[in-house]
Amino acid sequence: MEGQSVEELLAKAERDEAEKLQRITVHKELELEFDLGNLLASDRNPPTGLRHAGPTQEAELRALARDNTQLLINQLWQLPTDRVEEALVARLPEPTTRLPREKPVPRPRPLTRWQQFARLKGIRPKKKTNLVWDEGSGQWRRRWGYQRARDDTKEWLIEVPGNADPMEDQFAKRIQAKKERVAKNELNRLRNLARAHKLRLPSAAGMHPTGHQSKEELGRAVQVARVSTASVGRFQERLPKEKAPRGSGKKRKFQPLFGDFAAEKNSQLEMLRIMNSKKPQLDVTRATNKQMREEDQEEAAKRRKMSQKGKRKGGRQGPGGKRKGGPPSQGGKRKGGPPSQGGKRKGGLGGKMNSGRPGLSGKRKGGQHQGGKRRK
Amino acid sequence: MCFVLKAINYVLQYALKKPYGVLYKKKNITRPFEDQTSLEFFSKKSDCSLFMFGSHNKKRPNNLVIGRMYDYHVLDMIEVGIEKFVSLKDIKNSKCPEGTKPMLIFAGDDFDVTEDYRRLKSLLIDFFRGPTVSNVRLAGLEYVLHFTALNGKIYFRSYKLLLKKSGCRTPRIELEEMGPSLDLVLRRTHLASDDLYKLSMKMPKALKPKKKKNVSHDTFGTTYGRIHMQKQDLSKLQTRKMKGLKKRPAERKAEDQEKKSKRIKKD
Repeated sequence: MEGQSVEELLAKAERDEAEKLQRITVHKELELEFDLGNLLASDRNPPTGLRHAGPTQEAELRALARDNTQLLINQLWQLPTDRVEEALVARLPEPTTRLPREKPVPRPRPLTRWQQFARLKGIRPKKKTNLVWDEGSGQWRRRWGYQRARDDTKEWLIEVPGNADPMEDQFAKRIQAKKERVAKNELNRLRNLARAHKLRLPSAAGMHPTGHQSKEELGRAVQVARVSTASVGRFQERLPKEKAPRGSGKKRKFQPLFGDFAAEKNSQLEMLRIMNSKKPQLDVTRATNKQMREEDQEEAAKRRKMSQKGKRKGGRQGPGGKRKGGPPSQGGKRKGGPPSQGGKRKGGLGGKMNSGRPGLSGKRKGGQHQGGKRRK
Repeated sequence: MCFVLKAINYVLQYALKKPYGVLYKKKNITRPFEDQTSLEFFSKKSDCSLFMFGSHNKKRPNNLVIGRMYDYHVLDMIEVGIEKFVSLKDIKNSKCPEGTKPMLIFAGDDFDVTEDYRRLKSLLIDFFRGPTVSNVRLAGLEYVLHFTALNGKIYFRSYKLLLKKSGCRTPRIELEEMGPSLDLVLRRTHLASDDLYKLSMKMPKALKPKKKKNVSHDTFGTTYGRIHMQKQDLSKLQTRKMKGLKKRPAERKAEDQEKKSKRIKKD
């Protein structure tokens, strides 16, 4: 008997619930797909009720919209809510619809100076504890920040070190040192940022007259000062012992229109000869240099990958610094070769075939040193 | 985020997208489907990636081109013709505040059948969804945009939401037609090539969803989890109890007696 009444109660409760929910339930054949992050709902059911275009279309469209909106609202009301300043706010999930981006993915930033150094040396960040034991106060305090463990600024007594001036204010000295450190950090940060965005900031290296400036800095400052006149330094006299600046003057030099007729004739005939010859003009030196450079680049990339893998596996660092040997060079020489090979290289014009000198071993002149230079 | 050029019915688009839209009213004679350079120029100028271009001529009356850009180059462009248009002003009732984030509903199976329709759906979502927010005030959900694809036409209706009391926490919805309504017909499309689309969908590593470890999914939809256990002591393993081998009380008594006798003997 009691069992029956319990059943009856349950049934009644169910019926009540159903009645309550009747107002907000909507029956659909296919469930809707929701993307609550975008407040989006997609109804896959074919709209059969609207097939016949007629005057009642608006009302039918509205009924369909009402049903779909009801379902969406039901979903939204299920979300976890917060109370923010007397308003009930629902926390939306991440939008799931994938939409194309507006702008391309940002390129990876270049590494900062510290990151490059750490990579080279294989330094990894040490995991530090949040709290440090402070002897003075006898409790665990944070490593840095408010009420930190070893606070320099709170000291009321600073001993004057043996070699310092007794009249010097040690407290002021400490404050000054801190300011300098902060400024240096800021400068480095801005420099890293400029490097990341490849901004060409005007280098004001020698422009601040401190007492200690190197000869080069002073030279640069003198040059900049000379050029910063209204006529860009054209009518500026030089001091008696001042040397002419390097690198100024025209960047391109053209042959005069007419002058040395013999030379002109020779160069034109040479050009014709090259154009007529069937053999392609290969500047072996340049080709081999290019090849060697490519190989070096590949090796460097491989080394970097190895060191990355090594780091992942257990902190072992791959070869980072010098390399020994290297790919054998074919013939030809490096840039710092004998001046007869150097000089002007205009494509294949000079026709400087090095086929006559394969016997010379491909020794690198000052190999390591040059390699270092090239890597810049 | 959108700019509209020479639109006859510019009111509806502009009002919908305020305050994120830029309206260019000057009548520029460009043909988006032939020459895209002017569109790209405008997009660069105003730093917008979504655009809408309206035009009207005898061949294509009441034309509207909706499009989006990737890296200031045209990604997708879809041309629709407007058959019926009822503007905000024509429907006389109270409107919702400008800039509310609308709810979007797409009805009809057409939206998944053809590639054109799928792109159109994605384009409309992109266009109308507004800024991405993490929280939304439940009472502030007032605006619904409903797109129905039927018989080759797309019916775009906007409704204002009225929350009525129902027996439980979730309110009952009543709709009131508020905003602009359009009947659109799909005309031409210029969709991005597959690889350009793939490139535009590329997500940077930071935004990719993190993979959960020790959880894998079957093709049938079964989820498998992996638990790592410590080494078990097999002697303490609970095995099946063979009831037949259990000692009966009489036998146990006999054993006890034997043990007792053995002990007495020892002593």
